[in-house]
Amino acid sequence: MRKKAPSSVELTSMSLGEEVTIYHIAQLKEDLLGKFNQSQGLELDLSGVQEMDSAGVQLLMLLKRESEEKAKPLHLINHSQPVVAIFELLDLSSHFGDPLVIPAEWQKS
Amino acid sequence: MANSRLEKDSPSEASSDFWMISLEFGADALRNGLDPLSFLRYLGTLGEIDSIVTYLHDMPAADEVDAESCYLGFRIAFNSDADKKSIENVFEFARDDCDIRILPPRSKLEHYLELLNSLPETELNRLGDILVNIGAITETELGRALGSQSEQEDDSSEEAEPRPLGEILVERQVVDKAVVDGALKKQEKTREKVAQEAKYIRVDADKLGHLINLVGELVISSAAMKLQVETGGHHEMEEVVSGIEHLVEEIRDNALQLRMVQIGDTFSRFRRVVRDVSKSLGKEIDLVITGGETELDKTVVEKINDPLTHLIRNSLDHGIEMPEVRRSKGKPPTGTVHLNAYHDSGHIVIQIKDDGAGLNIDRLRAKAEAMGKIQPDQQMSKQDLLRLIFEPGLSTKEQASDLSGRGVGMDVVKRNIEALRGNVEVDSEIDQGTTITIHLPLTLAIIDGFMVGAGDENYIIPLSMVGECVEMDEGGWELDKERRYVNLRGEVLPYLRLRDYFKIADDRSEGQTHRSHESLVVVRSGRSKAGFVVDELYGELQTVIKPLGKVFERLQGISGATVLGTGEVALILDVQALIGQASA
Repeated sequence: MRKKAPSSVELTSMSLGEEVTIYHIAQLKEDLLGKFNQSQGLELDLSGVQEMDSAGVQLLMLLKRESEEKAKPLHLINHSQPVVAIFELLDLSSHFGDPLVIPAEWQKS
Repeated sequence: MANSRLEKDSPSEASSDFWMISLEFGADALRNGLDPLSFLRYLGTLGEIDSIVTYLHDMPAADEVDAESCYLGFRIAFNSDADKKSIENVFEFARDDCDIRILPPRSKLEHYLELLNSLPETELNRLGDILVNIGAITETELGRALGSQSEQEDDSSEEAEPRPLGEILVERQVVDKAVVDGALKKQEKTREKVAQEAKYIRVDADKLGHLINLVGELVISSAAMKLQVETGGHHEMEEVVSGIEHLVEEIRDNALQLRMVQIGDTFSRFRRVVRDVSKSLGKEIDLVITGGETELDKTVVEKINDPLTHLIRNSLDHGIEMPEVRRSKGKPPTGTVHLNAYHDSGHIVIQIKDDGAGLNIDRLRAKAEAMGKIQPDQQMSKQDLLRLIFEPGLSTKEQASDLSGRGVGMDVVKRNIEALRGNVEVDSEIDQGTTITIHLPLTLAIIDGFMVGAGDENYIIPLSMVGECVEMDEGGWELDKERRYVNLRGEVLPYLRLRDYFKIADDRSEGQTHRSHESLVVVRSGRSKAGFVVDELYGELQTVIKPLGKVFERLQGISGATVLGTGEVALILDVQALIGQASA
């Protein structure tokens, strides 16, 4: 499934804010999708995400779908602890195909 | 598109032993404040999510996507011991905004089928109700399936049949096909049974009793008619008479059959007694019932209830030991009381058998001696000693409990059973248990009798108790006149000369002529046998039993009377008591 981005492609970097929840999701969607469409590929830094809900997950899944349909790479990096927990719960890590880095001090809650 | 991938990814349903839960949240779920994640977290408290597939369903092109709408769907393989209802309750708040389908695991299947089998077959239920009842589907699922059924009805033309509910349920993946099939089969079986029950009519027992009385009179009249025809020499009528006699016999049998009921219902009532008593005594006791289909007269059933209750309580209280005592004796801690019934030569035999402590014969003997019922040096067989239990005032229990042990029960039991022309025997081995065997006549109204004559009197012996008739040939028999024993083909048989026993005046001549015509009727009751010496053998006779009045109630050896065709009265012998007399 996973398509390696050609090395020539310049990935646009972007990082998400603390909250990826229903409250800002409409705005977030516009931003992300806009950026994704303009770029050759997107690298999304999740390190700052403290809270994510179903709407957030859904948005990420939508982006992934877009990336597959348009053959543009989408990389999620630096998953924060709450994101990892949700990916574990929904078994989504293989869906996105990005390596999860689990810090040594991280404890399963 | 998401779905096609799903087919591949979703955990295989056939091989797994998991609950298959499929959730598709509706578009408004998020706006209504639901967070699918929180439901999944809560689901985790009921069991273990083995695997989960998250997918997007019905999501439009990216530009048209409303980020606040929900397109999430989940397929979950869930490992849990919880029942369907509690799993469904997890999603209770999501009910309106989520399409929930819960398919039970394979292992639950057998459980459901088992439940189906144990459902009572008394009431005809609808398929949906049956499935909800056993927990295979929930009310909500049923409601939805019914909703979609009626929707279809509206859509399709009027001629089209609505789709069966079972089909819809299976298609919606809320229940396995095997369970639906099982439920349908059960429903069919119940329908048959209910239809069969509808064939019954309730009849007042008094009306039935009256009918049986009339049939009794008819039997007597028919005998009288037969006699008239025979003595009057109306040979041309003989054929008609024998036809009527045959019919009367059939009517009699059928009339009696009407009052026959299975003893099973009476037996099952004791389940509750056993449960309650074992709980209050802290014992573990199983009640095993066999032969519940054995039939006997309703009037007998009613009267046997009290004695049976008493005997069972005895077994529970005195017989079965406490679990720790049983363990120390090397017996299983759970005691067993076995209730059994079967037919034996025109009688019904009821057995109450426990695997408890057994009767302590020595203590019985000591008690009886203390009460002066027997002499210390008296030689007694084990059977006789066991029979002491039926003596009034005798109890082996040091301490009377609120259940039994006051020493007033067993003699009443014996009296009640004998009032039914039955008898009761007890057999017991220390630490092996006690068996109480009750013999009862099938009916109290009409029996097949065997008429004999002693002197000028006629006596009736219930035919079922007659073993054989042999000619009394003094030469060939080793007749012991002192102790009244006869050698019957090498067997020692006590006998009773009815003429002597009933002190019938021998008005015949002093000559010994009639002595050579004497016959020996061998009767048996249960295990005991005896011979009655009589002057005449008249043969079989339909006997309508008339109770003797109060005056003759205490007569020994007579259990009733009947009216013969000639208008004469013949006494019905109480074989049980007479065997006792002969053996004494």
